Amino acid sequence: MSMRQYMTTSAAERPDFAAIAAWIPNGASVLDLGCGDGSLLRYLRETRAVRGYGVEISDIDIVSCIVNGMNVIQNDLESGLSDFEDNSFDFVILSQTLQATRHTEALIREMLRVGREGIVSFPNFGYWRNRLRVLLGYMPVSRELPFQWYDTPNVHLCTLRDFENFCRKHNVSVMERRVMTGEREVSLLPNLLGSTAVYRFRRGI
Amino acid sequence: MNASNSIGIVSAKRAQFDTPLVFRSGAVLPRYELVYETYGKLNAEKSNAILVCHALSGNHHVAGYYADDAENIGWWDNMIGPGKPINTDKFFVIGVNNLGGCHGSTGPSSIDPETSHPYGANFPVITVEDWVESQARLADLLGIRQFAAVIGGSLGGMQALQWSLALPDRVRNVLAIAAAPHLTAQNIAFNDVARSAILNDPNFHGGNFYRHNAVPTHGLRLARMLGHITDLSDDAMADKFGRELRDGQFNYGYEIEFEIESYLRHQGDKFASSFDANTYLLMTKALDYFDPAHDFGGDLNRAFARAKAGFLVISFTTDWRFSPERAREIVRPLLHNRRNVSYAEITSTHGHDSFLMEEPHYFDVVRAYLDNVAEELSS
Repeated sequence: MSMRQYMTTSAAERPDFAAIAAWIPNGASVLDLGCGDGSLLRYLRETRAVRGYGVEISDIDIVSCIVNGMNVIQNDLESGLSDFEDNSFDFVILSQTLQATRHTEALIREMLRVGREGIVSFPNFGYWRNRLRVLLGYMPVSRELPFQWYDTPNVHLCTLRDFENFCRKHNVSVMERRVMTGEREVSLLPNLLGSTAVYRFRRGI
Repeated sequence: MNASNSIGIVSAKRAQFDTPLVFRSGAVLPRYELVYETYGKLNAEKSNAILVCHALSGNHHVAGYYADDAENIGWWDNMIGPGKPINTDKFFVIGVNNLGGCHGSTGPSSIDPETSHPYGANFPVITVEDWVESQARLADLLGIRQFAAVIGGSLGGMQALQWSLALPDRVRNVLAIAAAPHLTAQNIAFNDVARSAILNDPNFHGGNFYRHNAVPTHGLRLARMLGHITDLSDDAMADKFGRELRDGQFNYGYEIEFEIESYLRHQGDKFASSFDANTYLLMTKALDYFDPAHDFGGDLNRAFARAKAGFLVISFTTDWRFSPERAREIVRPLLHNRRNVSYAEITSTHGHDSFLMEEPHYFDVVRAYLDNVAEELSS
């Protein structure tokens, strides 16, 4: 009977929340893909009065979103966003989910069909600690990548440079980028010193 | 079932309406009665009422049991009661037998005061719109201006949707479970076969079988057997019956051999002895006609522009009568109109009947949604 199993992430655990919120004007419409328990949406509603929806596949997360009072649509991102119309959101967000998507190219295309702008955050595989782990002969395991090689959902990890190359090749125009390690903003050698990247982008002209 | 979670002893109430009801078809019913049950307490603001709409074979006895018949447990008792997902500690829950029904509300088997005979074939063909209108009058009578939620599965879900379209200011939330915005040709085809079985039963007498002291049992039984097949999933049937033989061997005849035959015939017999054939016809027609887009050039987006409620849409993976894809046809126009909507697709093996089954994830979804509704009321 207890609903306590449906836990909520706090914004403090996720430094990318504030970075994402900084780009979103008050009252914007937002679609959060792979929204988890709905805590980013909730954070954006509380700090930016956004309205919008989450998309999530996990049963437990669906209940958590509802507990959080967020609109959530149960759907597999890999099958596209056919329930959503062209240009129907100001922002489509993919927060810490990109690296776990299989049809990544198609999904970014869908994000920019449905939204006027896209925002992604992902763990930077080029972060020096990750490089060091690989250099030492192991797959990286860290706060941002908390999985063992055999149980990770991540299939498409990338570095900042990889992502930016991807955008160039796919006519995606990067508008802004923030790179962080923990809550600290990184400006020097970001592809080496930053553990998390957040990008804001739109369709290229 | 835990008896302490039951709402306990309940009793049916009766309301009489003397203002003529004009049906969508143009037919007029000068007066009618509705039987209903209520559970829980209506708060002082009368803002905590939930209406539960029933499906084809349901009725007003939604939860609890009767003092003189403890075995007669409401059809959604697992969902409704103290501490249950539809929590009677927080909500005032109403179950109503739809007009045209056969469990006490005015229907084809009721006596028409004008003729002193059962209405029979003279009972007007009813639509979901007409039901909502009749239910709204019951709400008026109970002093309920706005429902906290209208909830229904299957045909009941269609009524819940219609509430949000016809009376958008009178419903704050809609829970449409195992529902669709209209039937497909395949759905209508199944209904037509069911109706044909009844209409062609020699005991049907054009719908006026009451005065012939006859009951079209045979047709109603076939209709129900077909209904059971479409409401279960292939897997559920395979799991439950497989190819089990009653006698453990082939008898090379046409008597009951396979367990599934035994089950279907038993269900058919049970239903045919308690349900009214004309009501069955009316219910299937109401299903066939329901189509909110009909008056909007087939455009559901425009049809749902009127809706103001928050929506929870739920489907079940093995429901092939109202499949998840059909439920998403409800979700899309709500997204288009930027309504508050959540959608959950429940993994379940029970086909269309899943909406009646106690499945923890399904119940958690409903509970989570309604807990928030209750919280909004108290804040």
